[in-house]
Parts: sequence; structure tokens; C-alpha cells
Amino acid sequence: MTATDVPISAEGNPIGFGRMHRKEDARFLRGAGKYVDDVTLPGMLHGAILRSPIAHARITSIDTSAAEAHPKVKAVITGQTLEGLGLAWMPTLSQDTQSVLCTDKVRFQGQEVAFVIAEDKYSARDALQLIDVDYEPLDAVVDAKHALDDDAPIVRDDLEGRTDNHIYDWEAGDATKCDEVFRNAEVVVTQEMLYPRVHPAPMETCGSVASMDPISGKLTIWTTTQAPHAHRTLYALVAGLPEHKIQVISPDIGGGFGNKVGIYPGYVCSIVGSIVTGKPVKWMEDRSENLMSTSFARDYHMTGSIAATRDGKIQGLKVDVLADHGAFNGVAQPTKFPAGFFHIFTGSYDYDAAHCNVTAVYTNKAPGGVAYACSFRVTEAVYLVERMVDCLADELGMDPAELRMNNLLKPEQFPYTTPTGWEYDSGDYPRALDEAMRIAGYDELRTEQAEKRRAYEAGESSMLMGIGISFFTEGVGAGPRKHMDILGLGMADGCELRIHPTGKAVVRLSVQSQGQGHETTFAQIISHELGIPPEDIDVVHGDTDNTPFGLGTYGSRSTPVSGAAAAVVARRVKDKSRIIAAAALECSPDDLEWEHGRWFVKGDPDNGKTIQDIAMAAHSSLELPEGVEGHLDATAVYDPPELTYPFGAYICVTDVDAGTGEVKVRRFIAVDDCGPRINPMIVEGQVHGGVADGIGMALMELIAFERDGTNLGGSFMDYLLPTSMECPSYELGETVTPSPHHPLGVKGVGESATVGSPAAVVNSVLDAIGVRAADMPLTPAVVWRAMQGSPLRMDLALE
Amino acid sequence: MQVPETFDYERASNIDDAIALLERHGDEARLIAGGHSLLPMMKLRLAFPEVLIDINDVPDLDHIRIDGDEIAIGAMVRHAAILDSALLAEHYPIFRDAERVIADPLVRNRGTIGGSFCQADPAEDLSAVGAALGGSVVVRSSSGSRTVPMREFHEGPYETKVGDAEILTEVRFPIRNATGSAYEKVERRVGDWAVAAAGAFVQLDGDMIADAGIGLAAVGADHFIVPDAEAALRGKPAIRESFEEAAQLCHDQCSPVTDQRGPEDYKRHLARELVLRALTRATARARGEES
Ligand SMILES: Cc1cc2nc3c(=O)[nH]c(=O)nc-3n(C[C@H](O)[C@H](O)[C@H](O)COP(=O)(O)OP(=O)(O)OC[C@H]3O[C@@H](n4cnc5c(N)ncnc54)[C@H](O)[C@@H]3O)c2cc1C
Repeated sequence: MTATDVPISAEGNPIGFGRMHRKEDARFLRGAGKYVDDVTLPGMLHGAILRSPIAHARITSIDTSAAEAHPKVKAVITGQTLEGLGLAWMPTLSQDTQSVLCTDKVRFQGQEVAFVIAEDKYSARDALQLIDVDYEPLDAVVDAKHALDDDAPIVRDDLEGRTDNHIYDWEAGDATKCDEVFRNAEVVVTQEMLYPRVHPAPMETCGSVASMDPISGKLTIWTTTQAPHAHRTLYALVAGLPEHKIQVISPDIGGGFGNKVGIYPGYVCSIVGSIVTGKPVKWMEDRSENLMSTSFARDYHMTGSIAATRDGKIQGLKVDVLADHGAFNGVAQPTKFPAGFFHIFTGSYDYDAAHCNVTAVYTNKAPGGVAYACSFRVTEAVYLVERMVDCLADELGMDPAELRMNNLLKPEQFPYTTPTGWEYDSGDYPRALDEAMRIAGYDELRTEQAEKRRAYEAGESSMLMGIGISFFTEGVGAGPRKHMDILGLGMADGCELRIHPTGKAVVRLSVQSQGQGHETTFAQIISHELGIPPEDIDVVHGDTDNTPFGLGTYGSRSTPVSGAAAAVVARRVKDKSRIIAAAALECSPDDLEWEHGRWFVKGDPDNGKTIQDIAMAAHSSLELPEGVEGHLDATAVYDPPELTYPFGAYICVTDVDAGTGEVKVRRFIAVDDCGPRINPMIVEGQVHGGVADGIGMALMELIAFERDGTNLGGSFMDYLLPTSMECPSYELGETVTPSPHHPLGVKGVGESATVGSPAAVVNSVLDAIGVRAADMPLTPAVVWRAMQGSPLRMDLALE
Repeated sequence: MQVPETFDYERASNIDDAIALLERHGDEARLIAGGHSLLPMMKLRLAFPEVLIDINDVPDLDHIRIDGDEIAIGAMVRHAAILDSALLAEHYPIFRDAERVIADPLVRNRGTIGGSFCQADPAEDLSAVGAALGGSVVVRSSSGSRTVPMREFHEGPYETKVGDAEILTEVRFPIRNATGSAYEKVERRVGDWAVAAAGAFVQLDGDMIADAGIGLAAVGADHFIVPDAEAALRGKPAIRESFEEAAQLCHDQCSPVTDQRGPEDYKRHLARELVLRALTRATARARGEES
């Protein structure tokens, strides 16, 4: 069914795929969303965390007596308290451990040291200042490039036998073959680059309200989580609480971007606090705490090499990565892939060979890792290859669009197995790039650019203009159970659908929206399959007591995995509705034909039953065939056979003031292919947000550190997010290449633009100034210095 | 949620009341105007005043008017009002240039000129504007008002001539003819403090520069000024070579510090580039070639 012949419901919504306003918007626009901080329970107490001001120090003593004497303080919890409960350390999502409250030494600035519980949030904060901690400062290791030096301070001396800061080495691809390709290549370009540490910075910071019912022994925790079911299981495993007595509720969530996948010490403290005090305890971090202590993203130092023929046929790509994981390896990703999906770094091109090596280290910086809409490090991978292709174009003196066009995978090569083992499902890459160039008016832009350059060189103007391209392929929808799990939990998603007697429906999901519009998209999927208007379908999510198990929303997996589960469950209901319709129409199911929302007798279109009629019949006393139970419900668990591979072509036009280094993004063209679009408006919204992310990372976002480990990105005065003033009005386009193995053909789009856009912006700026390389963020100072030939390294405090 | 330490709060009903409250509470008391410098510091627990004296109800501090041969701006005039003022735009377009790039509309709706001057942040834009234009600042205490020349008002970063029990009431700028003024700022993102900024004021006598003023923000220029650069302009032809010489002096004589906004050499470069641009535009305006 194409978008144009989708029937329209009584409320004006498409009964199926198409544009409609988000069902959740009425609530959000009225300010009636209910977030964790809106949860208020009788007798609720408030917690606050004392954090280390120093990045690396041994704690010699903690005196909490003055804080405990504060008239409004109910309890002070320290690492010692937790040690008694076996909770001073917790497992991370990467088989490492992380300190909940410090027992030995602090390992990053902002680390959790003590937890104060008071009658109100103000007193809790005030009491933090009454805690007296003796820190014995230690040398800090902040620069990943020196983390493996012989004399580097050891961050994780808590780990048995640990004598250095090395976490793992990991490789993919064929090194021998790659070396051979590079030995014989006519052209090899090597480029170092840093994808610096950035932060997801969701509007809502992290927090939780924990309530342990002393009578029933049931723990209810309202918490900012993208993965409520996984959190419940982890609490059960870590704290030894029975899983059926834990209810995790993720209410409205004000943005996640990966920041809310892991479990933070504050959540654990609120749970312990509730157990200790017998009262509900709320903990809500502030902005600085969020920026300084919760999951960052990237921090990848990469050295790429690309091999090609003189006439521009790409032959090989290799990369060495030094990955800075901070003080604890808290990366969220499938177990088999310590560097996430980084080995998809060959991107959208054909090669003879490729190889990557990733070495990960500990430093005295905040832990975390995979976050910020990165599709498990596809962001770093796409940035690497798209920068390398531009470096090659520069070396060859070729137009970067032409070089890409000549090397993109061809439609007939799909399904395509990459040199590092990914199986791309489907794609028509040249079409997407063509479309982006058409929208951009590529040739005219190049003409205009040449004129700007001429005027600049003649001293008539300080303005330069750049055109940057990025072509990305993502692998999303993790993932097949045979390959992927997180801490042993397979990445399949459940879904339950119940049709009420009157034909209204409720669909229950394991995934949880943080702004992606699930309440609308999933209603539209059911609507598409069953012909029930989307307004008649309630989407229930975010409460472990009321939804089936599944791993949550991140890595653009909701529509690829849970969306497929929803389609499957709807098809099961549809199959059953056919049997019930046949019983009602007194014919054989084989005699029935489906039209949107209705079964009718073949050759007799007036003789049929709507899905609403069938729902009522299913709950009535109608006699059903042997073995068919009443009601109209189904459940499903969807185990994706493979990942899906969305792709797109992005073009960014910038104006650069060479006199000051200021960059203005003039245009941004994004052609995305995510398969069929369930709600094009929501897809466009995801792309808009992602491009804004990309502009932010390319031009201003950064968490830098002083050499002693002091965090320089701890507030929005220092951690700059782009505003509408920095973002142009986006120009979007689409091509549609369905995934052959997804029931709806959809591929996922949540992170596409965040993944694909930074390289386009960087390529554009560098194209303008005629410089081959400079690292993000391209602030005016960085751009100007790059033009002077003395590039800046921004991840450490400038000196 | 970031919250300040506990403090007491008083609301002054007029200027004398504000001064009396300051005297009563001593040096742990602070005036609060727009609050957009003071409150962030309190919330980050970098400032801990015991008493806040709110002057938002104080009358007679929100005027922008011609007073004799000067323009007088009351201490409580908000950034937004300066941005909107036709009177200021007519005489000194530098205000409009600067206000367009100060913070964002939310901050501009509350932040005041008095607060900006008294905060004396080395990156404060209005201080650089004031430095370029010259003029004076009126300060009042229980013993009466005194007038401090603009260029003596700032004693250093975060330090001014306003004493413990004093209040800035007005800022005054002389009205002069055949003038032009302009402001240029580089920021990392809209709403960010300046990486560097320069304001220029030029008074022409035919093709010659009769008088000039330059104010620099965020580049470590004492009192926001480089007097040698201004002296170099006076009596010179209003042409690019003259501006370049002055700009070079600003480059050489300012003393920026390296921070995450940029290294010292870049900020010096900006001082030169922005002074050059501001002088060029100010001159075009003086000639009526640009609005
Ligand atoms: C996000 C953000 C971005 C900003 N960006 C910029 C920018 O780009 N450029 C820029 O120049 N500024 C910027 N500012 C600062 C802004 O302009 C403030 O409004 C200004 O610095 C202070 O004015 P205020 O009225 O808010 O002062 P307040 O915060 O109320 O007071 C500041 C200080 O001045 C004292 N004070 C106030 N009024 C008087 C008075 N009449 N007499 C004596 N003492 C007084 C107070 O006691 C206090 O010590 C920014 C602020 C924010 C929050």
C-alpha cells in the first residue's frame, strides 16, 4: 500500500503509515508529561551525592558526623556502608566493575563518594558541605596517549594483578592481506584524527525514585532508563533481590541518546537509601553532575590509512584506534564486540582488504563510553572513513563526490559481505548520492565556491565557502541472539497485542521512548497490519510489570527489533481473525480475502467482517472451530535474523570567515534511506535532531580536561550545544530500499543523522579553508590555527 | 537542580533604602539586579552572599534619555531595552551591535547595564562599549553622588570603584556629532561570552579622524582600552592604513590568556582583526555610508 492510498480515520489520521501528529504531543505540549522528577510519594526523602573534586586521590578518611547532625538529615551512606551490603562495587555493561561509593581511591573528578538523605533536596545539598573527606592526591593519567607509558599511574589497582592501564586489544579484518594491498598501492594516505569526548547531555538529567515496601518486600523504582527490563534483571543479579519483586518504571524520559542505558551509582544509592530509611528516596542529579559523571561518548584517537590507485580506485583501509574508556569500562555494547560495531569502518565502499585494531585504556576520566546516538560506535567508524576518503580526494586532486561515486558499492552487489564480516542487506548508494547532489545543486555550488576563493585570494573578501560530503552506512537493530547479548541477555524483543471486544487495542512493548515517538509509530504499525485507526491503539511501555521482556531503546533498535515484533504479533492476530471471521461468515478461512481492516468472502465483497466485528465475535458466544480459543490476543518474541543497514548521503555547505575562523553552516542536505517510512514526520524529526547533534559535535561540543583531570565541560557555559542560530533549515530527501529480512522492510533511523553528519560538516569546513585535517570541534580558534598550519589539540586544556 | 546556599532576602523600595540596607548588612550583602551574573555564581556555590538586596523595585533607574549634552542610562535598564532603543541606535549604533550578541533573549530581558558594569567580567561586552565611548558612571552612597570617569571605573577583573555601601545609579555618554561607532565580537556559539570583542568609536573632521575610542573585551586590555592605539588614530586620515596601525597596536599591547576559547596568539590576532573591522565600520557610519 503506498502512502497515497492509506485510508484516513475519523480523526484524520492515516490508518497505517503516513504523516500524523504524534499522539504523545498533546501531553508534552501542555507540560503534562510525567518525568521521574515529577514522581512524589508520601514520606519521600531526598538524596544528594558528594563527589570528588579531585581526579585521582586516595581517601584516607571520611567524617560524616557533622552532616549526620544536620537537623534534616536522615542518613549518610558511604562506601563503607555499602561494603557491608556487598554493594560498594557493581558490574558494568562491559564485564568490568565500577565503584558505587568510593572505598579506596577516587579515579575521576566527580566520582561518587557519599550519599546524603534528607527531608528536602536543599538540606541534602547543604549537608554535603558538612562531610569532611581527606584526599591524598595521586598523579593522574588524562592523556590516553600516555596511559600505557611505563611510569603512568595505575588507575585500576583494585583489579587483581593489574600493572598497567591496558583494557583490551581487539582486531577485525585480514591484516596480512591488507598489508599486501598497501605494499602494492600507487597511493597511500595516512591521517591521524581524534573523535573527541562528547556528552549526550539529555535535557532531563538522570535520576530515580526508589521505594522499598517493607511489608511486601517489593521494590518499585521510577528511573531514567532506556532499558527498563535489563535494569530490572541487573538489580536482581547485583543486589540479590528477587526479580519478581522488582518493578522498574521508566516514565516520560526527557532524552536519552545513550546516556540512560547504563546503571549509575545514584540509582543504586536511592535503592539502598530506601532500604535503610524505610522511606521512598528520590535522587536527581544536576546538570554538572550529568555532564561530569555519566556516560560520555567517543574519545577515539584514530590513525587511518587508505590505499588507492592513482586514478582513484579505493583498494584498502586500515585503522589503529586508541580508545579512552575513562576510569571504569562502562561501555554498553554486545559482549562479543568490545569496540562495538566499529569494524563497520569500511563504510559504503568496495575494497580488496581492510583491517582495524583497537586498544583500549583506562584514564582518570569519567567512565562510560557508548553513548550519544552512536549505533555502538558506527559514528566513529563513519567519521573515520568519510574523513579518509576526503583526505584521499585531496591527495589525488579529485572531486570528493566523484571519488565517492566511483567507489560506492553498486546495487547489484547486495547482499554484500564487507572485508570485516558484515552482511549489508540492501542498498542503492549511487541513487542516494545523486539525489543529494541534485538537491544541493552541486555543480553550481562548486562554481560559486571558485568565485569566493578568487575574491578571497584577490583580497576582496574574507569569506570562503566549503562543500562537504558524507556517505554513511549503519548497522542497526541489534541484534541476532546468536551473535549478540548484553551481559548474557540476548537481544530479542517481546511484544504483546490485545484487541478489546470493541475493536480497540493495546500493544505492550519492551522498548521505551525517550522522545522518538513510539506511542505513535507503534500504533501506526499495528494500524498498518490490522486496519485499526491509530487513535484506537494504546501503546504501553516503560513499566516492567506491564510489558514483555526486551532489551530497550538504543542503537536505533526499536523499530528494527520491536517494530518487527509488533508486525509479527499483529500478523498473528490477523491470522486468528481470519479463522474467527470464517466462523462468523460460515465459510472456510481459505475463502476469505483481506482488505485493509476487513475480511470478506472472495467474489462477494459486501459479505465481510471488519476487524472490530471480529473482535466482538472473538469475545462472544460464537462457536469457534475445534482448538481455537476465544479472544483476539497474541504475543511474540522477535529475534532479528540480521542487522538492518540504513544509509544516506549528506552534503553540508559552510561559509567560513577566514579572518576570524568563524563557521556558518549555510545549508545541510540529508538524503536518508531507512526503508519505508512509517511516519515520515517522525523520521524527519529524528534526522533534524541528528543533524543538530552533528553540527554540535563538529563545531562546538567537547569535554576537555586539565592535565590533573579537572573536567572543563561541566556546565552548559563550557559544554556548548548548538542552538537554532547555528542550524540551518534542513533540506531533506529520501530514497527507499526496503530491508529484505525485516517484516516491514524498515531499517531504523534514530541515529542515522548523528552518525552521518559530523564528517559532512568537518569535510565542508576543511574544503573551505583548503586544509587536509583538523580535529573537532572546529571552533573559530581551531579553524584559524588550522589555516596557520599549527593545529590545536583541544581535548586537553590549551596551554 | 543546582541550588545556592541559604541566604536572606531584602527588597529595596528606593535608592536610599537600598543604600541603608547595604549599610545595615555590611559586606556580606550584595545587590541583585538582573541576577544573571550573581545567581549562576551562587548556584555553582562560587558566591555565598548572606543577604541579597533586590533593587528591581527601585524607581528612577530605568531611563534612557538625553540629559543636557549627554545620554543618560539608568542602572536598571535591561539589555533588551538597550537593544530596542531608537535613541541609542541613532547616536551610538555600537549599542545595538553589541546587544545583538550579548547572551540570548532570556538573559537580555533581565540583565542590566548596571549589573554588567559592576560585575566587571573581563569579557563583559557593555564594559568594552563604555570604554570605546568614554563618558562617566554615577555612583551613590549615603553621603551623596559622585561621578567616576568611565575609564577609571574598572579597577581590574571583577573590581570596580563601587564601594561596599554604594550603588551605581547611572551611566552617561557625551553626545557628539560626525561620529560613528561599531562593535565586533567572535564567539564560539550564539550566547557564548566573547572569545574576543572590539568596539570602536570614530569622530571625523572631513577626511581626518578628530577623535577615536577603542574598547576591547576578553583580551586582557587594562580598563578595556589601549590608549596608544587611540592616540595613533587622532589627526590621521580615516583610511585603512591608519586603522591597521591602531589595530596592530591593540594586537601588541593587549595581554590575552590562553583558555579553551582559544590560544593567546589567536586572541591577539582577533584583537587586531576586530579592531580593524570595527574602525572600518564605525568610519563608514560616520560618513553615513552604512547604518
Ligand atoms: C547564559 C549567559 C550568557 C551571558 N553572555 C554574556 C555575553 O555574551 N556578554 C556579556 O557582556 N554578558 C553576558 N552575560 C552576563 C549578562 O550580561 C548579565 O546580565 C550581566 O553581566 C550582569 O547584569 P545583571 O543585571 O544580571 O547583574 P546581577 O547578576 O544582578 O549582578 C551582578 C553584580 O553586580 C552588582 N550590581 C548589580 N547592579 C548594581 C548596581 N546598580 N550598583 C552596584 N552593584 C550592582 C551585583 O551586586 C553583583 O555583584 C551572560 C549571562 C548569562 C547567564
